[in-house]
Formats: sequence, C-alpha cells, structure tokens
Amino acid sequence: MIATEDQIREEILDAISQHRIMLFMKGSPEMPRCGFSAQVVTLLKENGAEFAAMDILPDPRIRQVLSEHSGWPTIPQLFVNGELVGGCDIVTELAEEGKLREMVAA
Amino acid sequence: MPDTQEIAGLIEAALPGSEVTVHDMAGGDHLYAHVRAAQFEGLSLLEQHRLVNEAVGELLGPGRPIHALKIKTEVAS
Repeated sequence: MIATEDQIREEILDAISQHRIMLFMKGSPEMPRCGFSAQVVTLLKENGAEFAAMDILPDPRIRQVLSEHSGWPTIPQLFVNGELVGGCDIVTELAEEGKLREMVAA
Repeated sequence: MPDTQEIAGLIEAALPGSEVTVHDMAGGDHLYAHVRAAQFEGLSLLEQHRLVNEAVGELLGPGRPIHALKIKTEVAS
C-alpha cells in the first residue's frame, strides 16, 4: 500500500507521542546508514537509554514531513518527551556534559 | 557549491557581531561552523543551533548544497 502524506505525518506524530525517547535516523540502530545517526545510537546506548527508532530513508516524504514538523533541517533528530532535543552535535555535547544520561533516565 | 566564506558571511549577517569560522570537512558539502555570539546568551543549545541553521537556511538540507553542517556554539561575553 502506498501511504499518503497525511498517513506519514500521523505515523511520525504517533511515534513522537508514544515513545518517550524517539530517534529518527538513517538506517536502523542495528545497521545505521550514516555516521551521524550511528553516533547518536552509540551515545544513547552508552547512556542506558531505551529508545525507539524510525528509518527515514524508505520514503523521502518521511524526512520532509518530519522537518516541517520539527523545524530542524537535518537527520538524525532525537525527541525526548515529545520535544526535539536536537541532532548529532547537540546530543554529543549533552553526552559530554553528562546531561544526556539524566535526560534519558527512565 | 557554496564556499565557506559565503556560509560564514550568512551567519555573521544573521548574528551581527559574531565571530564565525567555517571549515570544509569533506568534499564541500559537509561543513563545520564555529560560532561565538553574544546573541546566544540565555538560549538553550537547541535554540542556539536553530539560529545558525536558520542563517544558512535554504542552503542546508536534502537535495541542497550543504548536506551536513556541524555546529559548535559559544556564548560571547
């Protein structure tokens, strides 16, 4: 079945609201397809985060709809408690400052 | 392909008085921007990065000249 843009939007918004820690990335946590996505996966795991992930690569509209929603132009994008935390640079900086662990703590 | 000077100029124009350095990390479409600006005072990291992303605007994103922009912000005192 071919999804409409509205269905894609609904799926993205559902994912953000249903998962406390939601990562939109290229590829999967098991097989990331971009170094920046891979780095965020590693940092989340290192900090004990249980997170859900969505691959944005299968349909270019996923990324388009996501960026329209978040106002953030690049991938990966990490959401915690329904709010955008940021991309790879911000997550890395938060991890270095020890703030990521607090943020993702269950 | 935008050059690093052009990108630095866009960021400086959006954040007057800022000190901006832009490096090419790989092939001209992966760039690194170091931005030191007084305007970052009191803003979250996300908000600081948003200001830089917005300055670069239409040049950044899928199918656009810049594929990735690594950003490091610093509050100027």
